[in-house]
Amino acid sequence: MTEILSKKKKKKKKNKTSVEKSVKSNFIISTESLNAYYSETQALFDINIQIPKLAVTAFIGPSGCGKSTLLRVFNRMNDYIDGFKTEGKVLVDDTDIYAKNIDTETLRKNVGMVFQKPNPFPKSIYENVAFGLKIQGINDKSFIEHRIEESLKQVALWGEVKDKMKKNAYGLSGGQQQRLCIARTLAVEPSVVLMDEPTSALDPISTGRIEELLFELRNNYSIVIVTHNMQQAARISDKTAFFWLGKIVEYNDTKKIFTNPKNKQTENYISGHFG
Amino acid sequence: MISTKKNKIIDKLFQILGIISTFFGLLLLAVFIGFILYQGLGRLNFDFITALPSRIPERAGIYTALAGSLWILALSIIFSVPLGIAAAIYLEEYIPEGKFSKFLEINISNLAGVPSIIYGLLGLQIFSMFPGLNGSLLAGAFTLSLLILPIIIVAAREAIRAVPSSIKDAAYALGATKWQTIRHQTLPAAFGGIMTGIILALSRAVGEAAPLIVVGAMAYVPFVPKSPIDQYSVLPIQIFNWISRPQHGFVINAAAGIIVLLVITFSMNALAVYLRNKNQKKFS
Repeated sequence: MTEILSKKKKKKKKNKTSVEKSVKSNFIISTESLNAYYSETQALFDINIQIPKLAVTAFIGPSGCGKSTLLRVFNRMNDYIDGFKTEGKVLVDDTDIYAKNIDTETLRKNVGMVFQKPNPFPKSIYENVAFGLKIQGINDKSFIEHRIEESLKQVALWGEVKDKMKKNAYGLSGGQQQRLCIARTLAVEPSVVLMDEPTSALDPISTGRIEELLFELRNNYSIVIVTHNMQQAARISDKTAFFWLGKIVEYNDTKKIFTNPKNKQTENYISGHFG
Repeated sequence: MISTKKNKIIDKLFQILGIISTFFGLLLLAVFIGFILYQGLGRLNFDFITALPSRIPERAGIYTALAGSLWILALSIIFSVPLGIAAAIYLEEYIPEGKFSKFLEINISNLAGVPSIIYGLLGLQIFSMFPGLNGSLLAGAFTLSLLILPIIIVAAREAIRAVPSSIKDAAYALGATKWQTIRHQTLPAAFGGIMTGIILALSRAVGEAAPLIVVGAMAYVPFVPKSPIDQYSVLPIQIFNWISRPQHGFVINAAAGIIVLLVITFSMNALAVYLRNKNQKKFS
């Protein structure tokens, strides 16, 4: 916990701690025998997965197989579902995020999330990106404006919106809205970005732009993406996990998964025989 | 063959019955409004609104009653709006689902259906303990606040529930606390709906006479109330008082008073409808 809390300070004295860290682990998230339940129904079975730092990890598999559930375990968004509970350990930055003393707000600043349907706030573009900073008590206007510009540039939206920052975000196209949502997430400088089918509501051109974006983002962020689009997983991810009925059937380098899957089910799924 | 013909006739008959039923109420309202306008419109002028009550119908006006109604409205807003919104937030966002929340929910809906005179009796019971406040604006506004509180709670809850959960999710995912999410996202997004509910509730309050009579509103107040502990009258009571007088001049005054009251409630309702329509476009 203290690690998450002192994240900002840590950045300054990076040379000390992070060298130790990188030796210690190359993983940003890891789970140990994780089970998850919606009331009586078990949704995840004995999940042991290690998500690499500064890479794109894709979760694939048919609907209802637990991909999104696991994604939402990583930033504890499932806390809002009545009857949801977990067993086992989930480590983010080597901190057990389901430990008692964990502050979920701090966790979510570190582990951002982009949703399936673009969900900008019904406010101005400026307010959308500024919100995450303002709720942290940051009032320095020039700092906020600087962060907004930087984040919008990261998602290649700055040029399109810089003259209409005060306009309502609902006036943007679906693809622009989704990039705005990504910028909003990046503005608070998370180390992990979780993406839950971020392109499933978008047209192919907007999808292409977001995929390009992911190539750049992986240099600075650890990304976990749930996708139903097999080609997308193959194009953009470094590692791929195949889910089936709440279990991870196979988890390996994306290249190996798509060219030489070890498991018959994985092979059937990626070649389109079922799912 | 015969039965299909018969069915078609029944179908047609029911359609006609439906049309008659629909226009029955509207027709009555139109007749009533026409009658009132015919009687009262000639009496309605600036002097009627700014004149104090009088024993002579031609000199009497609604100034003090109008002032009393505005006082009551303002004080009711102060009492009921913060309580109503806070209760709605608690019921929508904080209370754990279960038997207790169901119990509260049912009883608040019941409260909204309690006859207004009962609230008057409740107010009387409470304010008879404070003899100095008997018949004061404070007592009246407090009683009406109790009356409209359930209406505001129910309307505000609906408005809060209408805010898409995706917006709340987005706020939580950025590390916002529950209160930050409510304060900066849910409430602003629900604002239009909450305002609609408040205005409709107030438009009900401004037309109430019975509970105010019970808590000691006066029929004849020759001065404008200057503080919340002053005596007062309100428009509906003034109208009621005039109608019960024998002179024909007062009946005409009552009609003119009704026009003023109708204009107030109709414009409040129009504002509510406008806000509702404006709000509906927001999330599409």
